[in-house]
Amino acid sequence: MNEKDIITLIKTQFASAKLEWVEAPSGDNYLVVPSEALRDVVKYIKETEALYFDYLVNLSAFDATEHIEVTYHFYSYTHRHKLVLKVKAVRLNGEVPTITDLYGTANFQEREVFDLLGVRFASHPNLARILLPPDFKGHPLLKDYQEEAQYNGIETTRASLL
Amino acid sequence: MTESNQPEKVFKTEEMVLNMGPQHPSTHGVLRFELTTDGEVMTKAVPDIGYLHRGIEKLAETVGYVGFMPYTDRIDYVSAMTANQGYAMAVEKLAGIEVTRRAELLRCTASELNRISSHLVGVGSFGLDMGASTPFVHALRERETINDLLESLCGARLTYNYVRIGGVSHDLPTGFIDKAMVFLNHFEPIVGELNRLLSDNKIFIERLANIGVISKEDAINYGLVGPNLRGSGVKFDVRRDEPYSVYPELDFNIPVGLGKAGTLGDCFDRYYVRVEEMRESAKIVRQCLLKLKDLPEGDIMGKVPRKIKPPKGEVLVKVESSRGEMAYWIVSDGSDNPLRLHCRTGSFTSMGIIEKLSRGMMIADLVALIGSFDIVAPEVDR
Repeated sequence: MNEKDIITLIKTQFASAKLEWVEAPSGDNYLVVPSEALRDVVKYIKETEALYFDYLVNLSAFDATEHIEVTYHFYSYTHRHKLVLKVKAVRLNGEVPTITDLYGTANFQEREVFDLLGVRFASHPNLARILLPPDFKGHPLLKDYQEEAQYNGIETTRASLL
Repeated sequence: MTESNQPEKVFKTEEMVLNMGPQHPSTHGVLRFELTTDGEVMTKAVPDIGYLHRGIEKLAETVGYVGFMPYTDRIDYVSAMTANQGYAMAVEKLAGIEVTRRAELLRCTASELNRISSHLVGVGSFGLDMGASTPFVHALRERETINDLLESLCGARLTYNYVRIGGVSHDLPTGFIDKAMVFLNHFEPIVGELNRLLSDNKIFIERLANIGVISKEDAINYGLVGPNLRGSGVKFDVRRDEPYSVYPELDFNIPVGLGKAGTLGDCFDRYYVRVEEMRESAKIVRQCLLKLKDLPEGDIMGKVPRKIKPPKGEVLVKVESSRGEMAYWIVSDGSDNPLRLHCRTGSFTSMGIIEKLSRGMMIADLVALIGSFDIVAPEVDR
């Protein structure tokens, strides 16, 4: 199925939800989904036979200064088509529903997004830091992140040797 | 008999929590597992990752597009060439840079040679994990020749930094094609020899057959990629299904798991896919070398602007690395530096399925499971 048909199908199914299809001038196009509709949309695209997005390629996010854009890349091994979904989360502890129960691979990837960008995935089974140590403060991939001067008593900067 | 001598009073029967790693020979790097065990059998094994997290993605936001290339080597140091290529392809797609045919052929040759060397490490060290130390030495001997070849090509033996945005850094040195051909002629029979030494070894097979069976559905659901996915019988390879570079014009097969030793999707299937892939990669290198021989001298770099400033937008580009599909997600805001760069790696996602598979597994079999995923720890943590 091509991109246009996929979007038409999703949009007719979720006519009441405010879905916004963005055709980017360069790079990938994407569908912005409100976070309350995310689970229903993902469930729909996973279970509908014509779409059957069985593989979550990538779940990541970036700090767009006014909000955090959590991005989902889906792929279907059966139909060989792809889809990009985006959810805008509030900066600092914004909540997005988890999709761990739908895609096993989402578990670790959601933890990574939480760890590095501070997005909270509601009802995630174990939303703990994954790459950084548990006592780490802050979320380093936020644009306004300031590195602490010390970590466990160790200086994080050092004077130039020259 | 007094009461204190009763067996249930003497033996403790509660579950024991055991640390495996972070320093452990079979975790292939710094990686820790928290095992909850009942005797030799585990009730679960929870991976604890992040020991090698170097914040590469944060660095990318400050070093710029060209400056990030050497960092991609460090994402997966066993297969740096494919990591280089994937990143270059992502930036090229975003910035609309064309790559010359000669450069594409050079990239393909280098990547496939690197795939062979990576699989040699994977297969050899897997044997080592299972207690077979001789095949490892044989595998590494072959890898040395590939390292020599790639050193003559780009000057480095491990972290190549060979691929450039828009092309490659060096053209073929004199005599490279002949030397590589001599190696391929020597190497192709070696795969059979490795099979006789390892793949057909009854002890080795018994250690792997029917262990860590992953169904097709689970493999897809947990996002396994590359040989791990194909080991479960899913015939998907980025090189064939979402072709890039010169792969559409090359003739090669996609080996999948067949349940040769026991069940489809067990550790042996994942291992054997790698062995078969070495043969296919050798085939690809041979074809590329013949094409390069016929190709007249030409540019190895396309037209690249002095300062790479991709337009606003984002792109996800997949490349078939030695450890399977590697995806680079780059978000550009139109400036010199990426707004966000994310690298989705196969080793990271394969960590997610271990807890599920480990239930009821023996501790010794966990070693087989981790080995069969061919994990590279820096790729897990980035």
